[in-house]
Amino acid sequence: MSGVRVLVGTRKGAFILTSDERRAKWDVSRPHFGGWEVYHFTGSPAEPSRLYAAQSTGWFGQLIQRSDDGGLTWTPVGNEFSYEGVPGTHQWYDGTPHPWEFARVWHLEPSATDPDTIYAGVEDAALFRSADGGQSWQELPGLREHGSGPSWQPGAGGMCLHTIVLHPTDPGRMYAAISAAGVFRTDDAGTTWQPVNQGLRSEGIPDPGAEVGHCVHRIAMHPSRPEVLFMQKHWDVMRSDDGGDSWREVSGDLPSDFGFPIAVHAHEPETIYVVPIKSDAEHYPPEGRLRVYRSRTGGNDWEPLTNGLPQSDCYVNVLRDAMAVDSLESCGVYFGTTGGQVYVSPDAGDTWAPIVRDLPAVLSVEVQTLS
Amino acid sequence: MLPAHLRTLAGVGGEVELEVAGEITQSSVLDAVEARFPMLRGTIRDQGTGRRRAFIRFYACERDLSHDAPDTPLPRAVAAGSEPFLVVGAMAGG
Repeated sequence: MSGVRVLVGTRKGAFILTSDERRAKWDVSRPHFGGWEVYHFTGSPAEPSRLYAAQSTGWFGQLIQRSDDGGLTWTPVGNEFSYEGVPGTHQWYDGTPHPWEFARVWHLEPSATDPDTIYAGVEDAALFRSADGGQSWQELPGLREHGSGPSWQPGAGGMCLHTIVLHPTDPGRMYAAISAAGVFRTDDAGTTWQPVNQGLRSEGIPDPGAEVGHCVHRIAMHPSRPEVLFMQKHWDVMRSDDGGDSWREVSGDLPSDFGFPIAVHAHEPETIYVVPIKSDAEHYPPEGRLRVYRSRTGGNDWEPLTNGLPQSDCYVNVLRDAMAVDSLESCGVYFGTTGGQVYVSPDAGDTWAPIVRDLPAVLSVEVQTLS
Repeated sequence: MLPAHLRTLAGVGGEVELEVAGEITQSSVLDAVEARFPMLRGTIRDQGTGRRRAFIRFYACERDLSHDAPDTPLPRAVAAGSEPFLVVGAMAGG
């Protein structure tokens, strides 16, 4: 019998939501790491019982927790994230140079094939890799040492590397997205990197079409078609058909092209999901109506999905890492809100229901499809 | 004595008693804490710089020792085990 395990990171702990393949009845675990922020909580595709959680607080710093039994027990593993060499400076909010300082892990991306290999995207922006199940971490400094590094500056949430996309068949290729620098690509497993932001336009920066400096919120890829990437940018939903070499806008008829998450249907690579919010000043749904928008045409034509979602007086947000899909025959779509609700649609977005309504603010949602 | 979150992390209840060889200082006590509870590495002191985390203070014998040099000897009562060395997290945040 198959089922799903939904891994939820929140402001005050992590939760595991489990169900069978019908995704109608759910078990909600008690909080793991209660009281600690869990920025990201994910599992190894290669060994589904291997889970990783990035746990942090402003008081006690960063911890990485690992479970080898599906979340029943946890062990803190390595939490030393030391930049290679002399880290130098990047821009601060006021434009002055600011030393590179590790603050926290934003995103963990396990290898699809090796349960001991996992990547971490951190604030201040850098990419780390562990080849021993998180016991030790080494920076891939070629990214931070790309020539543009000193010009990177933080977005409102910090200067974070928040998205890591691994190519499904080419182990040399991966993508990293940094707020507010943009998307970078490596073709040699992280040794050297190049910015891939051609076609992005950001009116708030000195050169709207600059090579770097764009506030990218999230990128997504379908594993069957890795040359196609989708992006939710600060403003604009974008698409690339050439591995990031060029981008074009596919916001189309969205009511707002501002938002954070973007996800791709597990079986339909032209079906994508976003959650528009009103503006960068008002991080809540337009008219207080929580609507996921789905495009079945790879962008431009969007339909609002409302069945089961609150359509009045709803002012929550959905953060960049808080949307995911399962790979069951009828694709399930999941998202969590800053109001502590986690919603599921077991039918690709047609109908929605809350799994749980009253968690702490949700920071991340990942899904494991279990067989 | 550790803050509640760190007691949970280390799996301890109340006070932690430690045997510390040599001079009894903040550094030697915290080194001993981290040796016995490796999961606390980086939670009290930054692993890169060795500096006390900003929201953590050190107290003993009704004195704030947070700004003493790390190698300053701790009060004799702490070294003798009759008074605790307190690691305190700031009351801040929600």
